[in-house]
Amino acid sequence: MKIIESWRICKKYGEVQALDDLSFSVNESEIFGFIGPDGAGKTTLFRIITTLLLPDEGKMRVLGLDVVKGFKELRRKTGYMPGRFSLYSDLTVQENLEFYATVFGTTVKENYDLIADIYSHIEPFKKRTAGKLSGGMKQKLALSCALIHKPSLLVLDEPTTGIDAVSRSEFWDLLGKLRQHRITVVVSTPYMDEAMRCDRVALIQNGKILSVDEPDKIRQGFSRKLFTLRSADKYSLITALRKYPGILTTYPFGETVHVTFSGDSYDDSLLRHLEGLGIKDAVISEAEAGIEDRFLELMEKGVTE
Amino acid sequence: MKRFLAFVRKEFLHIFRDIRTLIIIFGIPVAQILIFGFVVRTDIKNAGIAIMDLSQDDVSRKLTDKIISSGFFINTGHLSSYNEIETEFRKGNTRAVLIFGEDFGRDLTREGKAVMSIIADGSDPNAATLITNYAMAIVRDFNMEIAGPALPGPGMIVPGVKMFYNPNLESHFMFVPGVITLILILICALMTSVTISREKEFGTMEVLLVSPLRPVQIILGKVTPYFLLSFINVIMILLLSWIVFDLPVKGSLVLLLAETMLYILMSLSLGILISTISDTMQQAIFISFLGLMLPTILLSGFIFPIENMHPVYNLVSMIVPPRYFIVIIKNIMIKGTGLMFVWKETLILLLMTVFFISVSIRKFRLRLE
Repeated sequence: MKIIESWRICKKYGEVQALDDLSFSVNESEIFGFIGPDGAGKTTLFRIITTLLLPDEGKMRVLGLDVVKGFKELRRKTGYMPGRFSLYSDLTVQENLEFYATVFGTTVKENYDLIADIYSHIEPFKKRTAGKLSGGMKQKLALSCALIHKPSLLVLDEPTTGIDAVSRSEFWDLLGKLRQHRITVVVSTPYMDEAMRCDRVALIQNGKILSVDEPDKIRQGFSRKLFTLRSADKYSLITALRKYPGILTTYPFGETVHVTFSGDSYDDSLLRHLEGLGIKDAVISEAEAGIEDRFLELMEKGVTE
Repeated sequence: MKRFLAFVRKEFLHIFRDIRTLIIIFGIPVAQILIFGFVVRTDIKNAGIAIMDLSQDDVSRKLTDKIISSGFFINTGHLSSYNEIETEFRKGNTRAVLIFGEDFGRDLTREGKAVMSIIADGSDPNAATLITNYAMAIVRDFNMEIAGPALPGPGMIVPGVKMFYNPNLESHFMFVPGVITLILILICALMTSVTISREKEFGTMEVLLVSPLRPVQIILGKVTPYFLLSFINVIMILLLSWIVFDLPVKGSLVLLLAETMLYILMSLSLGILISTISDTMQQAIFISFLGLMLPTILLSGFIFPIENMHPVYNLVSMIVPPRYFIVIIKNIMIKGTGLMFVWKETLILLLMTVFFISVSIRKFRLRLE
């Protein structure tokens, strides 16, 4: 059974087309990621999935129920963690968890095994008010609260934004473990490295899905040869590269610069060109494209089309 | 039911963990009662009083002496005609004029009964009531003296009281009903609208909406704690005004509390209505203050008598719910009347409550837009 089936969903805010003709489906027990920059429409989409917003056009079935007509039943079966921290910061960890458990008609005891992995990290602080937890712990508590009623579908809107790298990695480990409980996870993130931890990802931009596939396949879809360049003065390197005639794309990637050439290769003239512009320490090597490279390529295409 | 109770419990935790909420709920009523109570002076000393004795007989002179030597009044002059009264008041030192008509002495000896008047400056209503009450007490005392202990029958000198500038002067103990009216609408409407819009602002409403909680459960869960606390508050205010200011409830306490519950319910539903049209706490506070606090203070008859209002304001005050509650509570607390005299106001409040509740349940959004 498909957990989510979406047909041509559209949503407008005034003049802004937040979602434009979105069709996709999510399979059972998979971690499905929506990857895209801020303002791509991820939150709007998630709110439609969780019945908080109505689509202007199109149809969506979640867990076999229509998101418009079946919202009451659907709300019992989904767990939702909004983008910003939305627990009660003046209540303690334990009080928050118990509140959500009761509201969803269950008890902490009943589903403890489900959240044990996650909750055990924060249990030592259960008497502390939620507002005083660190960012990573807040997210773990929010996840526990969203999971406490054993939902069939868990919707997480940018759960790792603003959290340190270690906590982020831990958080994804926990999500991976949910597969064994047959819980389907739909998650959004602006971080490309997290895309690799999903079973399938949808690249989304300006309310449109650019591509849906397994992360590795998306990566392999990169159509050109990719090279990375390195230099102490990255900024000058980028400006110099952009003046080189054979260059197609130049994107800064952390310490390095990712480039593609029109003939998928370069010759000595490149290094001479750079030296002429005062960059003598440039090092170039061929590289494997990452998911972000593919995303940028798709975005570029979208703009020129 | 379990869900609902968990929700109510959560609300109580919010209230008891936030010192500011507690101050608003319990600190402000006490402070207001005490401030109003003590700012409104309950005793007078050396109030200026002018004498217009047209009779010039033994009794009138004796009574004048008694009043002036009482310590409460000082003589600010003698008048010889009614035309001088207003000029005397305008000078500002005289708070009241004691008038013995030309026939005072003759009536007293011939008919055993005579009428005197006290005219007070009604522009300061509280002082005016106090002054006339004091003066009348002295006259009563004087009556007893001249009648002798053997004849405690009806007084021979009948004092008539008139107010200058504000003829329909109302009791100065008005502040307790006024404060109850104000406090209840403040706590109920302001606090509920703030607490609901707080959930919207902090994003927790999103999670509540996604949960199986029904809107009615959310609304009732929000309202129940404030209903209980407001009720405790009223009892606290009544006790306080009774202990500190000796102001008992003249009418039926049960009726008063029942009417108060209705008013609390009305205020709470108004608060929910405000929360449905505001997305942030700031908006809710703004609407509550502008839309509720000011009209309650200005248009309900709490401070400015409705009878003296410009007809347009009078019309506007018709839709201000506290206007009706003030009439009800005044009647029960001060005049001691029963439901027979306030059923119209009660009905209006009841209709308003039903209206606000049905509108806010209809307006309560099941989704985010």
